[in-house]
This record gives sequence, C-alpha cells and structure tokens, in this order.
Amino acid sequence: MNKPTDCTGHKNPQELIIEGASCASCVAKIETALKRIDGVDSAEMNFALRTVSVAGKVAPEVLIKAIETIGYNAKSANDSSDDELLDEKDLADQKYYTSLMRQVWIALGLGIPLMIYSIFGGPMTVETSLERGIWLIIGILCATIMYFAGKHFYIGAWKSLVNHSANMDTLIALGTGTAWIYSMVVVLFPMALPEMARHVYFEATAMIIGLINLGLALEVKARGRTSEAIKRLIGLQAKTARVVRDEKEVDIAIEQVLLDDIVRVRPGEKIPVDGVVTHGHTSIDESMLTGEPMPVEKTENDEIVAGTLNKSGSILFKATRVGKDTALAQIINMVKRAQNSKPPIGRLADIISAYFVPVVMIIAIVSALVWLNFGPEPTLAFAVVSATTVLIIACPCALGLATPMSVMVGVGKAAEAGVLIRNGAALQTASKITAMILDKTGTITEGAPKVTDTIVADESYTEKYILTAAASIESGSEHPLAQAIVDSALEQGIELEKTTDFQAIAGHGVEATFNGQRLLFGNQKLMLKNNVALNEFVAQAQQLADEAKTPMYLAIDNKLAAIIAVSDPIKKDSVEAIKRLQANGIRVVMLTGDNKATAHAVAKKVGITEVFAEVLPEEKSKKVAELQAQGEIVGMTGDGINDAPALALANVGFAIGTGTDVAIESADITLMRGSLHGLADAIAVSKATLRNIKQNLVGAFIYNAAGIPFAAGILYPFFGLLLSPVIAGAAMAFSSLTVVSNANRLRFFKPKEH
Amino acid sequence: MLIINLIGLGLIVLIVWWFWLYQSQSTQVSDEQDNSEITVVVEDGIYQPAHISLLENKALKIKFLRKDASPCAATVLFPELEISADLPLNKTFDVQLPPMKKGEYAFHCQMKMYSGILVVK
Repeated sequence: MNKPTDCTGHKNPQELIIEGASCASCVAKIETALKRIDGVDSAEMNFALRTVSVAGKVAPEVLIKAIETIGYNAKSANDSSDDELLDEKDLADQKYYTSLMRQVWIALGLGIPLMIYSIFGGPMTVETSLERGIWLIIGILCATIMYFAGKHFYIGAWKSLVNHSANMDTLIALGTGTAWIYSMVVVLFPMALPEMARHVYFEATAMIIGLINLGLALEVKARGRTSEAIKRLIGLQAKTARVVRDEKEVDIAIEQVLLDDIVRVRPGEKIPVDGVVTHGHTSIDESMLTGEPMPVEKTENDEIVAGTLNKSGSILFKATRVGKDTALAQIINMVKRAQNSKPPIGRLADIISAYFVPVVMIIAIVSALVWLNFGPEPTLAFAVVSATTVLIIACPCALGLATPMSVMVGVGKAAEAGVLIRNGAALQTASKITAMILDKTGTITEGAPKVTDTIVADESYTEKYILTAAASIESGSEHPLAQAIVDSALEQGIELEKTTDFQAIAGHGVEATFNGQRLLFGNQKLMLKNNVALNEFVAQAQQLADEAKTPMYLAIDNKLAAIIAVSDPIKKDSVEAIKRLQANGIRVVMLTGDNKATAHAVAKKVGITEVFAEVLPEEKSKKVAELQAQGEIVGMTGDGINDAPALALANVGFAIGTGTDVAIESADITLMRGSLHGLADAIAVSKATLRNIKQNLVGAFIYNAAGIPFAAGILYPFFGLLLSPVIAGAAMAFSSLTVVSNANRLRFFKPKEH
Repeated sequence: MLIINLIGLGLIVLIVWWFWLYQSQSTQVSDEQDNSEITVVVEDGIYQPAHISLLENKALKIKFLRKDASPCAATVLFPELEISADLPLNKTFDVQLPPMKKGEYAFHCQMKMYSGILVVK
C-alpha cells in the first residue's frame, strides 16, 4: 500500500487502529459512523486485528474524530514509526551523499587538471588571442560545472539574500562567483585591466565547489555515526507481537497492540510492549536499557518493559503501556530531546554565528579595499584573491556544529550506559559537580532492610516465638524496619497472631498485648523508660550498631527477651563507586533519617567521612542548600520520589532507578540501574563531553580567528605570503568535518572499568 | 580610487542595513482558532515563512515540509520551548507548540544557518 504523503486528501485506503472495540456489534457502529462522513467511499473493519480500512478522500483527523464521538479511540496506522523514519533518513542521507559525490567528481574533473597545469607553471594569464579563446571555453565549462555541481549554493544564497539572511551558501556563492566573474572579465575585456592583473581563477572556482561538496559528503557520513546510540535504542523495539485475540494467538504489527491485550513472548524474543506478567516464569535481560549485565527473574505480577529480551521461559503478560507510552518510547524521546538541546557553553558560539556571515562579508570588502589602496601591483588581482579567500575560508558551520555534535554523541553514549540526561544544561553542570549528596536508603544500600541477627536473652523463649511475637506486634506498625521483621517471619512460614492494646510511642517503639503477655519492642530509650534491665546486652546492641545494623529490644512482661537486629545491606558495588567519585575530587556526603550510630557505621563501611544523620525528609533540601552556601556545586542522588524537593534544589538531581522504572520527569539525570557506578559514569561522560565541546569550540574559534586574517593577507607585508583560494576551500571543507569527527571520537569513550 | 572606496563603504552600509536593521514582514497566523496551523517549507537555506506572528495563549501546530536533503535542515529546534524535531525529507512533519506567552521564540537548525522567529503578541 502506498502511504499518503499529504494531509489534504487521501485516495489510497487508510488504516486506522481502533481502541475500545470489545464486541462484534461495535463493527457495524464504527463502519456506519465512518461511511456517514462525506467523501468516505467505503469502511471495512477487521475485528480480529481491531483495524478499519477506509477508502475515500478524507483527512485522517476527520475519521479519528468521528470514531471518538461514538466512544472509541482511534489512531492512524499510517503514522511512520521511529524505525521507518530512521530507515527513510538513512536512505535520504545515502541519496544525498551519492549526489554530492557525483558533483565532487564533476567539479574536480575540471579543477584538478587546471590545478596541475598551474602548479607546473602553466600560464594562467590572458595575453594572446589563442589564450583568450581557450580560457573562454574553460570559463564556459566552469560555468556549466557551477550549474551542475554548485547550483544549490547559488540558489540557497539568493533565497536567503532576498529573505535578509545569510548563511554558508552566501559565502561560497560570493567567493566562487567573484573569482569566476573576475576571470571572465579578464577573458572578455582584457584591455580593461592592467596587464599584470590579467590572471584567471577558474581552477579556484571548480576546486572550491568540488572540495566543499566533498566536505559535505564526508560530513553526511560522519553525522550518520553520531546518531548510532539512538539508532540502537530504536532498534530495540520489536516489530511484531503475538497477542491472544478471541482465544487464538495471532502475530500482529506492534502498532496494533492495544492496552490490556494479553501478549505471548517465547524464549529469545523481545518484549514488545510494557506489561505485567500474568502467566509463567522467566529471566529477562534488561542490560540494553539499564546497563545491568545480570538477567532479572520475572514471575507473575512482575513488570516487564518493551525492548528487553526474554531469556528462558515462555510467558503471557498483560499490556499496560503501548505505543508512545512505553518506557522505551519515552527513553527514546528523552534522549532525542536531550541530544538536540544545547548546554550554556554553546551560547557564545550561537551568538557569534548569528552575526558571522555578514561580518565576514564586511571583512572581505575591507580586505579588498586595503589591497586596492595600499597593495602592490597588480592591486586588483590581489584584492580579488584576498576577498575570495576570506569568503571561502570562513566557516560558520564548524562553529555551529561544535556543541550540538558533541552533545549528540555524549548524551547517546550516556544512554548506552543506562544514564538518561535530561538536557544540555544538566550535562554541563554534571561535569562541574564538586559535592555529591547520597541518600543512604536505596541509594548506597539496597533499600530493602532484612533481619540479620536474633539474640535470645531469655532462654525460656524459642527464637521462633520471639519472631512470632515481634512480627505480630510490628504488623500494626508503619515503620520501614517493621516491614523487614514481618517479611522475615512470613519467609520462615510463621503465621502472625493477633495483638491487642497496640500503641506506637513516637521515637521509642511500640507496645501491645500478645498471647496474654505485655510486649515492648523498640530502642534503648523505650526499655529505660520502662525500667527493663539490659545488663550486658547493651554492649551486644552497640556492637550490632557498629556493624551498621539497627538493633531493637523486645521485652516480654517487662523482662528483656531478645535483641533483633535489622540491616539494610549495602549494595555490593557502592564502595567501589564511591571511591571513583572521590578519586574525581568530589566531596561525598551521606544523608539519612537513620540514627547516628548506624549512619556512621554505614558511612565508615563505604568510605564516607561526612554524614548528615537523623535528617527528617522535609529537611533534606536544607542540607543541599547548606552545601551550596559553602560554594559547592551540589549533586543530589535519591530515589526521585521521596527526595523530589532536594533533587530539584540541587544543581544536578540524580534519580537512581530500580531497573527500568524510570522517574524521567523528576530529575536532571536518571540512572536506570541501581548501581552507584551509574553516577560515576554519568559524571565521567559529562566531563568527556564537555572536554570534547571545548576542543571543538576552541578549534573552530582559532580556525576562524586565524584563518580569516591569514586569508586577507595579513602575512603578506612580512613574508610575502598570500593564501590561495583553493587551500582556503580545502581548509573550510575539512574544518567542519574535523568537528564532526572529533565529536565522533566520543563514541569510543569508556567509563573506567568496573 | 575614491569612487571605489565609496562603493566599498556603501556596500558595507548596505550589508548592515539589509541583514541586521531591516524588519522582516511577518506572516500572521489566524487568531480565531485556539490551535492554528501553519506550513513552513524548509528549502534552499531558509524557512518559509521565517517570521511568524501569533496571539498569546494560542497553541500552534507547525507543519514542516523539508525539501532540502542536507543534514543541516534535518533538525529544527525551539530552544526556549525545549522542543526539537527531526524532519523527514519531502514529507510534512507536525510540531505542536503549546500556548505561549508574549515574547519572541527563535527556531533554527542545529547550526543556525536556517533560522526563523515566532513573535507572540
């Protein structure tokens, strides 16, 4: 089927995907509604696929509206997917490259022989009538080349000129045009010029057009490589899905998968859309999105995301997010948006490039006037050469490309490592971070506390009884540590029992009646308040706290029965990652609501010396402000939900994700895997990208700042040197290519091995 | 020589006036609808129209039709609005802009060789 390309009318049948059509009677309703629209010739619905094919000259928006008014949702199946757009772009780039290369050969076909002729001393002057005749033929040939190989420069230059704007085309058209017109004047009216000035520059015109086209062609190729990362992400999307419709499994295009569809995925297949497993058990490789190499076990009720790879089992899952709503689609969107955003460092280049071309034109005129007024004979020839060379050597492109190309590659590179950077500003600030605040729970630690020790103090109770009592009383508590105790009991198959007279004592613990006994469960303060003798167990509790565990006392009928310690295990690579941050000269600070002893113990284990402990959730942003007041550029890493205000206040907020559950909007930078290495990677990539941008900007500035005076002939009075326009053309063509290639070097950047 | 110098100076003045001082004509978007549409053609180094004006608090859908195969033309950015789009070749591509406050919003390609302005009144 041919895809319609305009939006005014469609002759070809259009395909719409219908959402919400649950029964066969919907078919007639939808078909009738569509047929009623003026211009619709026929409408046929395929109920199994939930698609409707409409023939007639009606814009898709009209059809969609009609379907929506009768209570269904519809979207056009003709919308190009990212994948198709990318293929089209590649094809278009390839075609453009081929046509540019054809132009290169046409132009160099004349330019190179003429160049060789002049290098080997062939006279480029017009003295005899034979020479005039030959140069006239070459001049006409040159004009033909300008038409076939350089038409785009002249049309572009003219169109921008009448629109009061100027761009690279303007410079090339003016430069080559000046050289050609001057040479033609020499050929046609030699007597109008002094003898020494009768020099032709046809070789310059042809060579410049050829070289600049060559530069453009190579740039197209190099630019293709800068979008490799996004191509890889788009390539992760499956093309088809196997859904259960009317109790049968059918393969349909990914665009046709609807919400709540039940989808089958077999081993080795990609997950087509986001969903929740309804049947089966498998392990899923999420490394392509999170950078986490270990496959993740998934069973019923677990979430799975599009683009990841099903490794072992066959599963059925219910689609919860489809189309543009899947995590992958959002990641692609975010990466694209970030790739096109500019960090503040690029602003100066932007301001300069807005004035650049007219300024260069003025410099060319001034340079010509200086040669005419003060230059040696033949002044006119010198004036023409210097003006042409100035126009040709100036390269606004290199300046304009310096920042966006590096950002494109850098943001893509980060995405490959599971680091989503929101925009260019975040990228730039991340490279300058001097202090990093790490939230303890869930950032340094796993965020899932577990019971680690049970010390029975009263031998008349068994460990099981102790855990039953503690879990039963804690089942009424909302404290995060309470959950760990309840989970631990449930894991051991313990059934919880009812408690009565439950009372939570803020900052102390809980109290209740269990099995006819009075239970107290909490910290040392609670025990002292109730005169429970702790004796030698205080030392044991202290030892547990020193091991970064949180000890809790259980007293039964006012007599100490046991100490239960809960600990949130430190992520296995936190120590290593924190070392990497510190090695980068970053001041790492830990922030937690936990008690001082445990906080310090955790900090000590991971090598952090500065700790903000017992911080209430609402005080977290104050701590960020405190460090900022000390002149630090503060990064704050948290889970993105509880820490949102602190993340927002920090110079760069990092949301640390768990798997692919991306909290995209809450942070400047989202780390898709739980490891803190992502943080060190993010900073390393930002630094490398900023370094790359600086190299590009400095290169482009120096190139233009040195090239233009050189072209104008500033060296001539001292060394008798004047740049040839051909060299200027080559320099200009390759300066923007150099910028793109330097940005491409970032593709090989690897964050330190870990 | 004097004449040549005067011509040179005249050209410089002309450049300054033509490229910097001249006020471009603006294409006014219909102000009756809440969400108007306008087609912008991307060809030969310019956006056409490049100067668009509309009323404040009105959304605008710009249908970009890119006819220039050069990669420069492929991306359009609205930096103030944090919106960007990759434009397919020889196809219209819709960029939906939210209702905007009074002010000037530039849009341009990555290198600013193509550039245009939205004037919200």
